[in-house]
Amino acid sequence: MPKNNISIKIGGEAGQGVESGGAGFARALVRGGLWVFGLQDYMSRIRGGHNFYHVRVSEEPIYSHVEDVHLLLAFNKDAVGYHLSEIVPGGGVIHDEAVKVDEAAFAEGDVRNFELPLVKLAEEVGGHRIMMNTAALGATAGLTQYNFERIEDVIENNFKRKGADVVGSNVKVAKAAYDMAGDRYGADFPWKLEAIPNQSKKMLINGNQAIGMGAIAAGCKFISTYPMTPASTITEYIAANARKFGIVQKETEDEIAAILFAIGAAHAGVRAMTASSGGGFCLMVEAYGLAAMTETPLVIAEVARGGPSTGLPTRTESSDLQFVLHASHGEFPRIVLTPGTVEQCFEAGYRAFNLADKYQTPVIILSDLFLSNQVRTVPADSFDFHKVSIDRGEMVSYEDLDKLTQPYERHALTQSGISPRAIPGHEKAVYITTGDEHSERGWITEESDIRNRQMEKRMRKETLCAEQDMRLPIIWGPETADISLVTFGSTIGAAEEAARMMTADGTPTNVLQFVDMHPFQEEPLTELINSLKTMVIVEMNFTAQLAQVIRQYTGRKPDVLLTKYDGRPYSPEEIVRKVREKVAVNV
Amino acid sequence: MSELKLFNTTEKSTWCPGCGDFGILAGIKAALAALDLMPHQAMIVSGIGCGSKLPHYMTVNAYNSLHGRAVPIAQGIKLANHNLKVIIVTGDGDGYGIGANHLMQGMRRNADVTHIIENNQIYGLTKGQYSPTSDKGVVTSFSPEGSIEAALNPLALALAAGATFISRTFAGDVKHMSALIQEAVKHPGYSVVDTLQPCVTYNKVNTYDWYRERVYKVEEEAGYNPTDRDQAWTRAQEWGDRIPVGIIYQDTSRGTYESQVSALQKGPLVQQELNGRYPDYDALKEALV
Repeated sequence: MPKNNISIKIGGEAGQGVESGGAGFARALVRGGLWVFGLQDYMSRIRGGHNFYHVRVSEEPIYSHVEDVHLLLAFNKDAVGYHLSEIVPGGGVIHDEAVKVDEAAFAEGDVRNFELPLVKLAEEVGGHRIMMNTAALGATAGLTQYNFERIEDVIENNFKRKGADVVGSNVKVAKAAYDMAGDRYGADFPWKLEAIPNQSKKMLINGNQAIGMGAIAAGCKFISTYPMTPASTITEYIAANARKFGIVQKETEDEIAAILFAIGAAHAGVRAMTASSGGGFCLMVEAYGLAAMTETPLVIAEVARGGPSTGLPTRTESSDLQFVLHASHGEFPRIVLTPGTVEQCFEAGYRAFNLADKYQTPVIILSDLFLSNQVRTVPADSFDFHKVSIDRGEMVSYEDLDKLTQPYERHALTQSGISPRAIPGHEKAVYITTGDEHSERGWITEESDIRNRQMEKRMRKETLCAEQDMRLPIIWGPETADISLVTFGSTIGAAEEAARMMTADGTPTNVLQFVDMHPFQEEPLTELINSLKTMVIVEMNFTAQLAQVIRQYTGRKPDVLLTKYDGRPYSPEEIVRKVREKVAVNV
Repeated sequence: MSELKLFNTTEKSTWCPGCGDFGILAGIKAALAALDLMPHQAMIVSGIGCGSKLPHYMTVNAYNSLHGRAVPIAQGIKLANHNLKVIIVTGDGDGYGIGANHLMQGMRRNADVTHIIENNQIYGLTKGQYSPTSDKGVVTSFSPEGSIEAALNPLALALAAGATFISRTFAGDVKHMSALIQEAVKHPGYSVVDTLQPCVTYNKVNTYDWYRERVYKVEEEAGYNPTDRDQAWTRAQEWGDRIPVGIIYQDTSRGTYESQVSALQKGPLVQQELNGRYPDYDALKEALV
């Protein structure tokens, strides 16, 4: 068995510590120089139900989970029931002796039973059953022979604010479980873990933290939001760092107010954003159009989940693409970024502010639930704050205004469509703007000539953005291939690995990922799309929304279409299976 | 030194001759000049409706927004640049109907803004439908058999929501209005100015004369103490034969929302640097290692 190539699931009910246990173990692995991909699966409830955390480990960078499970850490009987069939032959289940399992089912699947007195160890060694999770963490490390000092390090980190005694007791419990699991079952479990020394610093980060970090890098000074899964963690991340970076973070009465507060702050001159999921963005769309009409720079993060309505509140879907592309009545420039990896979330987090300022219009970052809470190992260097440049677009400085002899025109007609912006507060730049159609001075008008010129001016910004800032889809893998998987959002992780699996199996496959979703440069995009041999569009929705976009702009229909709307992310294996079903592949 | 003419403009209004909005416009301009504010030191945020066109007819920073949505925008502006005097101008449908929750939340937060609600008890720009403050029984195009809804009581609502400055004035008395708006703008916190205003086209009941016969100045009443909530509550119930105007309630003891925001202690947000915080950025990454 190769070392450091293992997939571990931790399952139990909400409130049992599934997430903290999984995150703790993942952190211990990252600090040991290993590459981790972590997936959280939880239900819309505070206690009970069934949650799991899936950690995949590798010595190479990874972008996805896989279906195979080698080790299950079961906090209750349900966890065994749900996941036993996923365990590969020779794999096993760690569980407390109080969780009774079906020996026959284990034998049938060639699954080992790693029963341990976890609660007893917690009580006897640590003095309290609450340390059962620590015992489980220790047992997992013991079974896989992972370096105990890494576990010790994470325990220290997690419990240090509770004092040395708590740290000491937890370390003792972990060590006792580590030794017991290793002694009793170590020889019976072939998948092992080992820290790689002298690795460069790596972070374990999820998509929403990355968006928040990107926003902070861009000098976002204002975030106003209303709580909604799965967008709330963007606010939580920024709120936790607001004091240090001088950011105003405001919880508002609803999503309508959330976007309006941000519009007000942006109009007054600060970089401002809001964030929500599809349902919250529904409430924002009237104001989204207002921001576009008043040419107010604004960043909106829309982290999609299963819809419609309340839909699948804790499950993933990418079914808001057509919605965000067309949200709000009337016509205005629409800039939509669709990151699919945590690195792309960081980039979108700062780039959106530059685009918003440059084009003086709202910019949407469309993410999704799976991207928001998947954690991945990334080298700390890959988030380079030194490379983040701030472009506030065409501004009229207060020095320029001092010299101004004509009245300032906020919506001046220009060839680029961009009207130099003055921050309110200078005596030469006293102006009004309005959601009504308006003149260059911002006064309400219904004149057809002015309407035409202002409409054309605003729409020129979209053309300019397509020409100057929007990039063609990213190609993962070989430049040319027999099969091209075309996707957007978090599906890139599974698609990237699926393409590698298919290429390794003899079918050269690559992935086209749309990251700059709108506006398009139609000609080069059409050329690229038409150059694909077999175009397989893979997306997380029912109506194939990306396929609609591609057909609208390039005329090409997919050769094969994979859609999915059960709220569970694609695995690489699932994509490979479905592509094989639908394409005659010579393997 | 500010003066009234600085706030003038050449834009011609779309209001009907005799509209109460003319008085409100005059009152706001006079108040700002009297407060020695220059046009660039204030920002008027309005909604949608006849009265929300008001900032187009004067020279001042302004954001003419959406129906019902001026209040959150104004709070965002104030948080971004608290040096600006932020004044919200909306109608009664805008403020007490579609935007009522924003109003309520802004009042309880004690955001440091002044909200002038042009209350003509009718939807004018959409050509005469009953509003949240229309009296029960009013016949309009949307209530041909007479409205069967009770009117909302703005002063009582403001008291219940925790507003710290609750007042009423009358568009037919520009001098009173200007003096009251000055007090409202000076007040640290959410100041509500319910402004009784005739709609000469669609409200044939609540006319200038109707109001003149009924309004009285609460400050001229013996023993009236606007810091006393109980007295304020009693006055807030009055409507009909006698209608109180003036400062109904004021509480200066509560801090404004903005004064309690840690990020604003160093000065207006808009003046703060955007990036260059490299050791702090490293700490962000370190926290995830």
